[in-house]
Amino acid sequence: MAAHNIAVNDTAGGIVLSRLSKSYGAVRAVQEVDLAIAPGETVALLGPNGAGKSTTIDMMLGLARPDAGTVSLFGQSPDAAVHAGRVGGMLQTGSPIQYLSVRELISMIASVYPAPLPVDEVMRITGTAGIADRSTTKLSGGQAQRVRFALALVGNPDLLVLDEPTAGLDVESRHDFWTEIRGVAGSGKTVLFATHYLEEADAYADRIVVMAEGRVIADGPSTEIKAKVGQRTILATLPGPELPALAAIPGVTSAQRRGEAVVLACGDSDAALRELLARYPDARDIEVRTAGLEEAFLELTAASSEGGPRR
Amino acid sequence: MTRSLYLRYEILRTFRNRRFLLFSLGFPLILFLVVGGANRHASLDGIAFPLYYMTGMTAWGTMIAVVSSGGRIAAERQAGWTRQMRITPLPARTYFSSKVASGYLMAGLSIVVLYAVGIGLGVRLSAGQWLTMTGLLLVGLIPFAVLGIMLGHLLTSDSIGPAMGGVTAVLALLGGAWGPLATKGVLLEVAKWLPSYWLVQAGKTAVGGQGWPAEAWVVVAVWTVVSCVLAVRVYRRDTARM
Repeated sequence: MAAHNIAVNDTAGGIVLSRLSKSYGAVRAVQEVDLAIAPGETVALLGPNGAGKSTTIDMMLGLARPDAGTVSLFGQSPDAAVHAGRVGGMLQTGSPIQYLSVRELISMIASVYPAPLPVDEVMRITGTAGIADRSTTKLSGGQAQRVRFALALVGNPDLLVLDEPTAGLDVESRHDFWTEIRGVAGSGKTVLFATHYLEEADAYADRIVVMAEGRVIADGPSTEIKAKVGQRTILATLPGPELPALAAIPGVTSAQRRGEAVVLACGDSDAALRELLARYPDARDIEVRTAGLEEAFLELTAASSEGGPRR
Repeated sequence: MTRSLYLRYEILRTFRNRRFLLFSLGFPLILFLVVGGANRHASLDGIAFPLYYMTGMTAWGTMIAVVSSGGRIAAERQAGWTRQMRITPLPARTYFSSKVASGYLMAGLSIVVLYAVGIGLGVRLSAGQWLTMTGLLLVGLIPFAVLGIMLGHLLTSDSIGPAMGGVTAVLALLGGAWGPLATKGVLLEVAKWLPSYWLVQAGKTAVGGQGWPAEAWVVVAVWTVVSCVLAVRVYRRDTARM
């Protein structure tokens, strides 16, 4: 199979988490999470703070023991896969240690992997070549983040786990950073990243897994999730029409009035906007907004618990 | 995996930390020069003062050198670096043995420098005596190395500095590293149960031409075993919480 030429190791089985649960005291951090990731897939773990993303990642990497359930990384336990050098990770913590230059730090980590990438190549890919001789204590936030990405990558792992890799970066650095990650994902590695930005998940993942309150509440291609989570709202100043007439516009799911303004929740905001302007040319001050992710999560959480009583 | 390369970076980091170098080498060196120099013709506890003080200062300095790996561990825990290393193929035992090895190397530097000063102050020993003394020092440091690892997992990087300073100072004082102990009495009996006492005695023992008495081996062994048990317990608790 030509497509698998790059992969040196047998990645059969991919990543499988089954019925994974973990509590910290009374807090049920992760509850019965099932997740399967095919080799080479890039998956986003999307959810608000406290959704259980980091705990799930900790269990995947063998940093936390699940109370129940199992983790299989390419058919191995997390400890065995980590020991074999098949895993690279960028955790939320893990600031680069002192008394080394960037190049020395990356070389140090390379030295513990069985088949690392050339350090110079990793520095080129991650944009750290320009700061190779700088001390690890004299890095900006963005530079430190790049160095941490280089540390995750240098072992040439089959699985790359990135826990909120762009946290604390400005918009521009975030964009640059994702361009680099995308280049790496294109080389056949399995990538799982956690984020609370829908735009990131949408733009860079093949598939989005949404978590809230310790559970997986949605899992599918990004277009599908975006349709569920990324609902838009049209706001317009439009004194005339009655609400039922507005709600009947194709693409609109519900309508509300706030004085002279109307608020239209939309399944398909493009169709709704066209029809709105065709029917009511006097509509003005029009705004189309993406529904806040927090609201979307609440909606999805509510939808997922309608299926049956919460255990 | 190239462990020697990993160790090389670990050593590099250890020696670039000037603060620890100052404590483990600078302070004992200054004290030795000042006090040892002033009393170079005196004798104490049955042996020449410069030799007594050389072993005392070496014991103190090397003790700090090997315990200081705890400070590095605490700092790495605090920064989240320990977690980062746990998701690499580096086995925990290599992580610890590299810390211990770099601590010993720093101790080796203290030994060489303080011996050189000792020779300058008139210490003359046979090759066999130098070797015996050095061998006993290196063995006597084992419980301190383990103690360092335990403290590194028990304390935060803010509190470990004073804790290590305090522990090594008390052990050095009671062990007779800073000056002679009473030749009899309760304090001496207590001191004989401390590994630091036997570190300081390494010089005197070597001059006598024999190794440590059985008592010394028992004390060092017991401290090593107890520290190991505690260190494993503290390490497990610490990593389980992460």
